[in-house]
Amino acid sequence: MLLSIVILIPLLGAWLPTALSRALGVDPARTAAALAATSLALILSQAPDVLAGATLVSGWSWIPTAGLNATFRLDGFGLLFALLILGIGLLVILYARYYLSPEESKERFYGLLLLFMGAMLGVVLAENLLLLVTFWELTSLSSFLLIGFWRHDADARRGARLALMVTGAGGLALLAGVLLIGHVVGSFELSRVLAAGPVIKAHPLYETMLVLVLLGAFTKSAQFPFHFWLPHAMAAPTPVSAYLHSATMVKAGIFLLGRLFPAFAGTETWFYIVSGVGLTTQLFAAYVALFRHDLKGLLAYSTVSHLGLITLLFGFGTPAGAVAAVFHTINHAVFKASLFMAAGIVDHETGTRDMRRLSGLARFMPWTAALATIAAGAMAGVPLLNGFLSKEMFFAETLQVQWLGSRYWVLPLAATLASVFTVAYSTRFVHDVFFGPPPQGLARVPHEPPRWMKVPVEILVGLCLLVGLLPALIVDPLLRAAGGAVLQGPLPEYSLALWHGFNLPVLMSGVALTGGAIIYFARRYYFGLHGYRQQRYDGRTLAEGLVALAVAGSRRLVDGVANASLQRYVLLLLLATLGVGLVGARGLSLAPIAALTPPDALAVALTAALAIAAIAATALHTQRLLALVLIGVVGLVVSLVFVRFSAPDLALTQLLVEIVTVLLLLLALYFMPAESPRESSRFRRVRDTMVAVAVGLGAGLLAWALLTRPFSTIAWYYLEHAKPQGGGYNVVNVILVDFRGFDTLGEITVLGIAAVAILALLQELRLVAPQRDWDGRPWAVERHPLMLRVLARPLLPLALLVSVYLFLRGHNAPGGGFIAGLVTGTAILLQYVAYGSDWARERLPWNYSTAIALGLLLATATGLASWAFGAPFLTSTFGYLHWPVVGEFELASAMVFDLGIYVVVVGVVMVIVGRLGALSGSGGRGT
Amino acid sequence: MNHLPIVPILLPLIAGSVLLLSTRWPATARHAFSLAAVVAQLAVAITLLVMVTDGPIRVYALGGWAPPFGIVLVVDRLAAALLVLTAIVACASLLYAVARDTEAAAPRFHALFQFQLLGIQGAFLTGDLFNLFVFFEVLLIASYALLLHGLAADRVRAALHVVVLNLIGSALFLLGVALIYGVAGTLNFADLARVIPALTSADAPLARIGALLLLVVFALKSALLPLGFWLPRAYGAAAAAVAALFAVLTKVGVYAVLRVYPLAFGPQAGELANVAEPWLLPLALATLAFGALGVLAARSLRLAAGWVVLYSVGSLLVAVALFSADGYAAAIYYTVHSTLASAALFLVVDLVAADRTTAGDRLDAADAMPHGALLGSFFFFTAVAVAGVPPLSGFVGKVLILDAAGAHPAAALIWSSLLGAALVVIVAFARAGSAVFWRTVPAPAGAPPPPRPSLAALAAPAAILGCVAALVIWGGSATAFAQAAARDLDNPAGYIEAVLGGDHAQPDDRRRLR
Repeated sequence: MLLSIVILIPLLGAWLPTALSRALGVDPARTAAALAATSLALILSQAPDVLAGATLVSGWSWIPTAGLNATFRLDGFGLLFALLILGIGLLVILYARYYLSPEESKERFYGLLLLFMGAMLGVVLAENLLLLVTFWELTSLSSFLLIGFWRHDADARRGARLALMVTGAGGLALLAGVLLIGHVVGSFELSRVLAAGPVIKAHPLYETMLVLVLLGAFTKSAQFPFHFWLPHAMAAPTPVSAYLHSATMVKAGIFLLGRLFPAFAGTETWFYIVSGVGLTTQLFAAYVALFRHDLKGLLAYSTVSHLGLITLLFGFGTPAGAVAAVFHTINHAVFKASLFMAAGIVDHETGTRDMRRLSGLARFMPWTAALATIAAGAMAGVPLLNGFLSKEMFFAETLQVQWLGSRYWVLPLAATLASVFTVAYSTRFVHDVFFGPPPQGLARVPHEPPRWMKVPVEILVGLCLLVGLLPALIVDPLLRAAGGAVLQGPLPEYSLALWHGFNLPVLMSGVALTGGAIIYFARRYYFGLHGYRQQRYDGRTLAEGLVALAVAGSRRLVDGVANASLQRYVLLLLLATLGVGLVGARGLSLAPIAALTPPDALAVALTAALAIAAIAATALHTQRLLALVLIGVVGLVVSLVFVRFSAPDLALTQLLVEIVTVLLLLLALYFMPAESPRESSRFRRVRDTMVAVAVGLGAGLLAWALLTRPFSTIAWYYLEHAKPQGGGYNVVNVILVDFRGFDTLGEITVLGIAAVAILALLQELRLVAPQRDWDGRPWAVERHPLMLRVLARPLLPLALLVSVYLFLRGHNAPGGGFIAGLVTGTAILLQYVAYGSDWARERLPWNYSTAIALGLLLATATGLASWAFGAPFLTSTFGYLHWPVVGEFELASAMVFDLGIYVVVVGVVMVIVGRLGALSGSGGRGT
Repeated sequence: MNHLPIVPILLPLIAGSVLLLSTRWPATARHAFSLAAVVAQLAVAITLLVMVTDGPIRVYALGGWAPPFGIVLVVDRLAAALLVLTAIVACASLLYAVARDTEAAAPRFHALFQFQLLGIQGAFLTGDLFNLFVFFEVLLIASYALLLHGLAADRVRAALHVVVLNLIGSALFLLGVALIYGVAGTLNFADLARVIPALTSADAPLARIGALLLLVVFALKSALLPLGFWLPRAYGAAAAAVAALFAVLTKVGVYAVLRVYPLAFGPQAGELANVAEPWLLPLALATLAFGALGVLAARSLRLAAGWVVLYSVGSLLVAVALFSADGYAAAIYYTVHSTLASAALFLVVDLVAADRTTAGDRLDAADAMPHGALLGSFFFFTAVAVAGVPPLSGFVGKVLILDAAGAHPAAALIWSSLLGAALVVIVAFARAGSAVFWRTVPAPAGAPPPPRPSLAALAAPAAILGCVAALVIWGGSATAFAQAAARDLDNPAGYIEAVLGGDHAQPDDRRRLR
């Protein structure tokens, strides 16, 4: 519980600096410091137990399905990191208060810093590995925002993206590795994972897991070849560099190596990968650091190099190596943070970080110069400073490595060489900046920074000295606890004495110190170090090039494939259909199983007409009117087919739908050119024809296969129950309004929505009515043909009468609301055509979308009425009434539902007609 | 008689019809009515969710006709969860539409919005294949009309694509239904599950083609490649509130796959066992990869959001394609997450575009946004959710999918695709975010700054993001629920029993339930 609070205080408190600053005018730095100090106090309250060797594990189950638990762990290693995070964090908060200029948003800065602090605490205090990954990614995100803090600076933006890309990729690899660990161990809890070292190392997936986890660690800790993001992250404000990119976040990878040390370390694979990468990184980065002219660039490569050193130590896989690694982690955090702060002070006071322009600053800021010199001494491994002690341990360890056999000398030699460069660049850092002649051409005369800006540096440098002089007293308890936690076992023998007598490590140190000084001064004065031109190509060039390539490539791909061509999308859809059809047809037999009705002349003639009309409509589709007529023919033949198979309801519906559709399409065609242009190439027409034929053939074969076998469905039920329980002899109608009335309700809603969509689509559309027809003949002066007018008017009452008749008989004989609605609609449509929409609208002045709504509501209300009788929606009932003249007459509740259908259908037809008629502004003139 | 299962269908139907009559109402009355209707739907959905979480599956036989003869609505955990999800997104989208006044250009917007919900919720509830077709039609025609609103040229073109492709889809759907009905003789899902395993080997190929044709239709709906290329442009062209609601629309296709295949064409389906399996995984992986590349390639935020939909559909169909209880659980959790995240993204992108006077949603350097800090944090949260980066629910969803895929023979391929695509999306959003929020040029002099987004307009994405956070904070309950829902899918006996009753061996004896 307490540990979660330690993490949550900065994490959830991240918005407090802004809120308190806005509401009460509290200095955001104070808010941030108060939060960090609270967390620090809470951690310190647990320190005695932990230093005594306790491991505190607490938490609760969170998302057990995913294995993600909110469990936390505080042991010596976690305590060490928590102290670094909170301690250096507090110093950075203080430092940044003076570093940031007044116009910069301190609220945002401290908010992000707290966010990072919480995330980082989460990484080091997590017991659950998935939780660790969660916080791990959160550090990448907050680092992204912090590097991009100076958003106007292109380098900052690029650096931020680069860091996110590299560490984000590593985070994903780590996630995969952790999931594998969970799979192998059966738990994500560190306590179980650390105890399962032998299982993990013996598992066939060991190498895979190791590589994935190491990818996470190496990207985060900027190990070769992923180191390149770190120098570019230096575009961040210096407090961020001091905090994230030297003391804490980049140590997360180191932390992971230490944390999983018992589970993974000690194998040959581990040794070769980890120490190989560590050594390469250390050596390479130390060399490069010497040639950086930018103060922060030098420090960045130096950080990379030191992280390499620590990685190398863990790579040895020995307990003593691990302890040395932990020790150097502490020391590096302390001296590197102070060096970054010193560099920031120099930048702040002189306006530049370019060592070619800086010189002799010691006379302007002697105290800062002294502090920086001591810290650089610690970095170089000068005796009596903390860096010396851990470096001695490092040298001693390189001499103990077992794995290399007869080539045992490689490691000590390389380590010494790297240290030579370390000394060289440390010397450069001090000498170039603080010594020599006074600087030329600076914007202002430098002087010591504000008092409180130096305090954090003083504290850190003081620690360098204290640890260096009194290691056993100052650091040993923490080191023991941390080392023990890393090893999960007994600590090796080690001694923190300042002097172990003349031995090989001392000799190596001596070589490094002298060699480094010689190299620096030789290069400085005889080989023109300042004239060295930095490489313009590095990992960033490669990474950004890759991203640019990926963007360009995916643009070509996406633009090329998803090219917004409807023809292509339809082709893909049809090809997919053909594909599944061919695969699915495996084992399909087309031989008839049922006895076939012998074809008669009528059937053959109808089929031929259907086929010819359909093919002709497709072939002649560019001639719109002709195609429309042919489509009408298809529809008519289909309704005849329905008649042939004794389906009068379907035939009637089909016939009426066909009439209404063709009429409406005619109204629309009036505004369009007679022919649609041919736009496809010959190749495409051939290809499309083949696909269309194949799909049509497939559909036809399926129909054949289905119709030539006996089938048993639930249809018998409808035949049996339509009259006794549905109250109607017309089974089709009972299905439509009762058995499956819900489908009908849905379909009339579709019709209604379609009408509304047409209203919306044609809302603003005004078209000019053409004066001439497609052959260039002027339209008749007489707007509405006399014959039609004479015929149309008496047809209306007649049609209405027929509608009523069809409607009323619907439940027992062919008819029903849908058909009746279409008949009414057709009759009114005829009035529009005959007299023009203005005339018709004057006489039928209703808003037909209202009719749609009312019809829908009526149908729904009928369904709801059954609730009153405790029956489900749309439950029907019926009874018989004896009417004086008519005789016995059936009344079914389904008829009210059918009435709703009728109203909707009429409304839909009218809405479409009215809107099409109104297209040409003053009212349509019909066809 | 508990009528609650049908209320999510009746509410939008009645509200939509009433709103069609509302042309003369004052705008505020219309807004209030419409909002009240979606809030009521949310309340009903939550009640249903509570009902089925610990209770049995609810079956509602329409017209009192016993299944398989009549149409049934079935509320199980999956359906209830998706109803709640739909209602949440609907509330937020509608609030946003009202706050941003998109309705001004679209008089029948509210009615269509309700009809869209009718289609979606009907599809989630129905237990009948043909009725599913009907609701697919409802949601298709409503989405066409909604997409058209505003009538910009790109909208009309996108809407044409949507409607033409989906009409072909409808024809294929009918063909599939006809084939399945022709050999199985029934349309009820549960009854199909009973009949399909017993098909003769002469009938099986026809049913198989039917099942695969349905898969093509569902793939088209859920924008599985190669059938999903239309989606990014269409969603990118739609009004923000509409696009946010459309984030649910693709999930209807995914839902249909989850509903139909494990039940009727699962491992127990005899000759048709696992008929969708060989198709789904490779195509889902392709969708995932292409979706991620699309996000990277997008030149505007809206288009990127459109591709995000494809990316997340790919991810979650990978989970579905595992056809295991763990896969279903991951898919259900990820469906909820990705729908919320995409919906929020569409709204946030719209707010951002409105705040950039010169560049809109294009990824170009433009004058600094007057409300960049506020909208930047919205964008950041949304991007974190979308990209599946911790600590939001996308991360949990990703872990669940990876976990579920761990035992699959193609685990290495699935893992590297999922993680690689995630990286591409992270990089894409880092680029987009830094281009829009960080790379700024001085504002042109004299132009009035855009107004601050209203509180209601901000509340809409904020509410969705709140749900995304809740999905993590109460992730234990959420995943436990998803697992329970997944078990129901993996072991459909409970569903079949709930719909057909224990005595489904003799359907002949069934009569009207009155």
